[in-house]
Amino acid sequence: MSGIFDVLLTLGPKLAAHVLLAASAIALGIAIALPLAVWAGRNAGVRRFALGFASLVQTIPALALLALFFPILLSLRAVFGEGLPTLGFLPALLALTLYALLPILRNAVTARENMAADVIEAADGVGMTGWQRLRLVEAPLAAPYVMAGIRTAAVWTIGAATLSTTIGQPGLGDPIFAGLQTQNWALVLAGCIAAAALALLADTLLGLVERGFAERRKWLVWGGLGIALLGIAASAWALRPQDRQGDTIVIGAKSFSEQYILARLIGSRLEAAGYRVEYRDGLGSAVVHEAVTTGAIDISIDYTGTLWTNQLKREDNPGREEIYRTLVEWERETSGTFVLGRLGFENAYALAMRQDRANGLGIRTMEDLARASPRLTIGGDVEFFRRPEWFAVRDAYGLKFARQRNFTTTFMYDALTGGEADVISAYTSDGRIAADRLVVLEDTRGAFPSYDALVLIAPDTAKDARLIAVLEPLVGAIDVKAMRDANFAVDRLENKQTPAQAAAELAERIGR
Amino acid sequence: MAGTAPRISLEHLGKRFGNTLAVDDVSLEIAGGSFLALVGASGSGKSTLLKTINRLVEPDNGSILIDGTDICRALPHELRRRIGYVFQGIGLFPHMDVKENIGIGPRLSGQRLPAARIAELLELVELDATFAARMPHELSGGQRQRIGVARALAGDPHLLLMDEPFGALDPVTRAALGKRVQDLHRQLGLTTVMVTHDMAEALLLADRVLVMDAGRIVADCTPGELLAGEGGDVAQNLVAVPREQAKALAGLTP
Repeated sequence: MSGIFDVLLTLGPKLAAHVLLAASAIALGIAIALPLAVWAGRNAGVRRFALGFASLVQTIPALALLALFFPILLSLRAVFGEGLPTLGFLPALLALTLYALLPILRNAVTARENMAADVIEAADGVGMTGWQRLRLVEAPLAAPYVMAGIRTAAVWTIGAATLSTTIGQPGLGDPIFAGLQTQNWALVLAGCIAAAALALLADTLLGLVERGFAERRKWLVWGGLGIALLGIAASAWALRPQDRQGDTIVIGAKSFSEQYILARLIGSRLEAAGYRVEYRDGLGSAVVHEAVTTGAIDISIDYTGTLWTNQLKREDNPGREEIYRTLVEWERETSGTFVLGRLGFENAYALAMRQDRANGLGIRTMEDLARASPRLTIGGDVEFFRRPEWFAVRDAYGLKFARQRNFTTTFMYDALTGGEADVISAYTSDGRIAADRLVVLEDTRGAFPSYDALVLIAPDTAKDARLIAVLEPLVGAIDVKAMRDANFAVDRLENKQTPAQAAAELAERIGR
Repeated sequence: MAGTAPRISLEHLGKRFGNTLAVDDVSLEIAGGSFLALVGASGSGKSTLLKTINRLVEPDNGSILIDGTDICRALPHELRRRIGYVFQGIGLFPHMDVKENIGIGPRLSGQRLPAARIAELLELVELDATFAARMPHELSGGQRQRIGVARALAGDPHLLLMDEPFGALDPVTRAALGKRVQDLHRQLGLTTVMVTHDMAEALLLADRVLVMDAGRIVADCTPGELLAGEGGDVAQNLVAVPREQAKALAGLTP
């Protein structure tokens, strides 16, 4: 438990970023919802459309809504120019604002609909203009209900803002995602506790404001608002732009341990050379390549097979070297992104089984597996069964499983040891393969493409010859054994290392 | 002061709600200073007719002149600030205290009523000045409608429109407030138009009674003429109710 407390103490900047993001989204949501509610109160068509749209938005999972803004903003660059950010604060703000609309809008519209007809008749009867009626009667009478809507929006937004980690906006989601990935429950709990406490605090303060409106006690309204604004101002102060020496290098990492470790391995080298480094952890896999090629981040680590199928949309397999050469050329031509080189190990997809189960069924190769597959359950990470690699392997061997189930990467291994899956889509550099004594089934027909880990450097960043020189020694330096051990040091349940510790140990081991 | 009470002309007024003809080609002259009662069963069109005068209802045809000027020449909210309006629902603003409720009309035109004027208006409706700081929810129904009347009079209107003003009050309050409004009508020199479904109230308070049926005016008499049996069947059916009650009560008197 003291571990959670230690983590909580380090969350200050994440908390400040979280507060600023959520407060901005709620403020923007209010600024849009209230005028819309007034319009809706005077026009039934607008009311139906606005409420319908806001409800529709709510049905989109928050994670998907956040991710959707990446391609939307990317396409808007045609209008607003290349300076339009596609990752981080802006898309997070827009998605969360849409999310905040519904409760505010619905409460405001409902409050207006249920307002006593007599009072409205009196307002007209004494000679109020439309604006006077809104200001003197409708707004003050609707205020407590609108405030209740804002409270709901605040709690939702603070919760959903944890998901903005996936599009590169720092916040309390960072420890949650990092912790989930590395099975570091202190991190997960600390993030959850901080987010929940923030939501409760916001709810309480806005509740005071709501009561102030309902009981017409002005000091409650100003007190509640005052404390909330103070907290927001303090967050803005904490995050004020610092004097920077030179540019900060931003290193992106997808949401698994190996990426966290390699990001820190690269980062610590750069820091030792005098660079300022920031990490964007937990980026979605689709987001990270776009981010590095557009310069939203400076450095990312990717895999040849992933880029081959996702970016080049190729399904053939011309061989490991040919794939790499084609990729380097393609990146240079399409965006000017520089491929620094391969790190030396592969993190390929493979199918793995428990040793006892494989022996019991007499399975050693994928061809053996194909014969037994109609009686078996296969587990895959959330994207595996939609990836071309799976289609290629499935068709190459004629795999046909009784059931297929999705797990997050972390729980996939637990599912295998727990017997909830007979076969899983494992990664060859994963430390748990050795630790759990899993059998990696032999790909006799070479259906899985190669997955050499490589370092991508954003076009502008690649012009920095000194930076390239600092990172060059990492090329070819990490073998799969070293990577597995580092991954396992982070993933294991006891005596866990942080990604930074594992990176330091890895640096020592490769000795460069 | 009686000279300022406006004269109202309604010319071929018509209003339709869907398939219902609420007001059917009504023409009418109301002399300045008169206390006119519009009586009729529910749905006879009397409230609709009243509300066309302060444009809470816009007629489909016809026009309304106040002292010879078409009311459509002013903006609705400007017209309404010059006309007192009292209705059954009262509609006090729940978030404002009594003095704010009374002073709302003048406030809309940027004028703040002094405490002495508030006290004077409260006195007109027989409430003492301590009511000024109370909130509407602390008042009885009768007190609320008294405030409603005071609010209607705050802008010194010469025309007072009342839509079933005493309909929701208990009989004692109803009689007292009705009498009070009749006195104010005389004292302030108003033209007053009151909608009621209670013929006794109309006979006791008004100097002219119109009976409406299906959107048309079917009788136009003084209370004396109605009690003398004039005005036709619809009117006499309405007059019969209080008359029978009075007879029955007289029979009960020991």
